[in-house]
Amino acid sequence: MSKIQKMHVTMTVNGETVEGLVEPRTLLIHFIREHLLLTGAHIGCDTGHCGACTLDIDGKSVKSCTMFAVQAEGSSIVTIEGLAAPDGTLHALQEGFRMMHGLQCGYCTPGMILRAHRLLIENPNPTEAEIRFGISGNLCRCTGYQNIVRAIQYAAAKLNGTQFQEAAE
Amino acid sequence: MIPGAFTYHRPKSIDEAAALLTSLGEEARPLAGGHSLIPMMKLRMATPEHLVDLAGIPELKGVCQNGGDIIIGAMTTQAELIASELLAAQVPILRETSLVIADPQIRYCGTLGGNVANGDPGNDMPAVMMTLDARYTIVGEKGRRVIPSREFYQGAYYTALEPGEFLVSVTIPALPDGHGFAYEKMKRKVGDYATAAAAVVLTKKDGVIATCALALTNVGDTALFAEEAAQILIGSRLDAASLARAAAAAEAIAAPATDGRGTAAYRTSIAGVMVARAVRRAFERA
Ligand SMILES: Cc1cc2nc3c(=O)[nH]c(=O)nc-3n(C[C@H](O)[C@H](O)[C@H](O)COP(=O)(O)OP(=O)(O)OC[C@H]3O[C@@H](n4cnc5c(N)ncnc54)[C@H](O)[C@@H]3O)c2cc1C
Ligand code: FES
Ligand code: FES
Repeated sequence: MSKIQKMHVTMTVNGETVEGLVEPRTLLIHFIREHLLLTGAHIGCDTGHCGACTLDIDGKSVKSCTMFAVQAEGSSIVTIEGLAAPDGTLHALQEGFRMMHGLQCGYCTPGMILRAHRLLIENPNPTEAEIRFGISGNLCRCTGYQNIVRAIQYAAAKLNGTQFQEAAE
Repeated sequence: MIPGAFTYHRPKSIDEAAALLTSLGEEARPLAGGHSLIPMMKLRMATPEHLVDLAGIPELKGVCQNGGDIIIGAMTTQAELIASELLAAQVPILRETSLVIADPQIRYCGTLGGNVANGDPGNDMPAVMMTLDARYTIVGEKGRRVIPSREFYQGAYYTALEPGEFLVSVTIPALPDGHGFAYEKMKRKVGDYATAAAAVVLTKKDGVIATCALALTNVGDTALFAEEAAQILIGSRLDAASLARAAAAAEAIAAPATDGRGTAAYRTSIAGVMVARAVRRAFERA
């Protein structure tokens, strides 16, 4: 097979313009982790099932193991590294995961948080059922999801400026 | 898993895409949401030398109404089908079906065109398109042609598309006011393809089923149009005996493989159960 030309890509990642030279077959997750060295997003299954590689791309939650970097040309991406404020203050979701013990090993957490981020933008006041449906593309092998749901409820309350009410057990 | 090497093209118009795909022929594939194609490329089940990304073509996106027909651009995503108010009012089975496809992330990327053109019997939209009598508008070397969804599927990953051709839109003829519909899918978990699933669209007159179309997902090499099952139901008031006969007629055309979802016998009987549930629900809605 003849040698395939690399392609130049430009995109905005966490508010900064980034560029790179990639083979067309380079997956976006590899570009983010290995070229940009943003290693928050993880590779769990590499098949589109687990959601560990979820990024926020042009207002959509996307599994970046199932997208080529060249497809993201010109797009605007948020990764977990871009969620906290510049002074280090945690985003409400990060705080929620911390306060509600929404993680154990942490492998699923960056993907969970980015997915929950888009969910709360689209639906700022979700019911528990809507949260569970909204994160159904993200697998967690540790927590049993209970505390992840609470963490998202905590964040929703904080973002809405209301009091977080833990449901009675 | 890294897919094989390929050259990437990003045309800006339908004409440019058609010219590329016809000149590159069998070595090229259209790329839509990539959520069926990229997994297959990772497994080397697909090794295209050229990918023609349709994402930069605005004409391929969106939903509109033309007379009674609903026209949906091939690159309209499943998430956009769910959000469309026009579809919720006119063709609500598309929302119901989209919500049981894969998971939220995949629905943001996966397109209607990719779902119907893929030719995987596990895809949920082909059976729904058959019940709606949808027409596919195809562009190729010889210009445009229209293929009815009921004649499009020829075998697993084998459709009426010729090399160089691609789908630009799906046309759904007007549905009667107050039609009943349902898509019933048995799956093991979120993001799973169907163990078996059934789509139905029907109308009622004075409590009697007046028209009915039925199709099955993932119990054959293609989606299956269940004509006999639908004929049994037409003229009935949905008594237990005709429903049982219709389910049996659907089971008779099902030929699923034994796989992780169950034995062939189990999946066949689930197809009958899905038909019965879908018809009952559509009947209540009509
Ligand atoms: C984890 C997971 C779970 C899934 N679960 C389901 C499910 O439950 N039900 C379901 O139906 N699907 C499921 N899918 C598949 C998903 O819906 C895909 O998005 C869809 O099948 C294909 O759409 P796409 O836009 O991603 O197409 P692509 O992957 O880009 O393309 C698929 C095929 O169609 C061809 N193609 C694409 N667009 C056109 C066009 N306009 N004209 C001609 N050919 C074209 C491509 O060349 C390719 O061969 C799942 C996918 C994943 C990763
Ligand atoms: S690594 Fe992408 S979905 Fe699992
Ligand atoms: S915290 Fe371990 S996978 Fe979710």
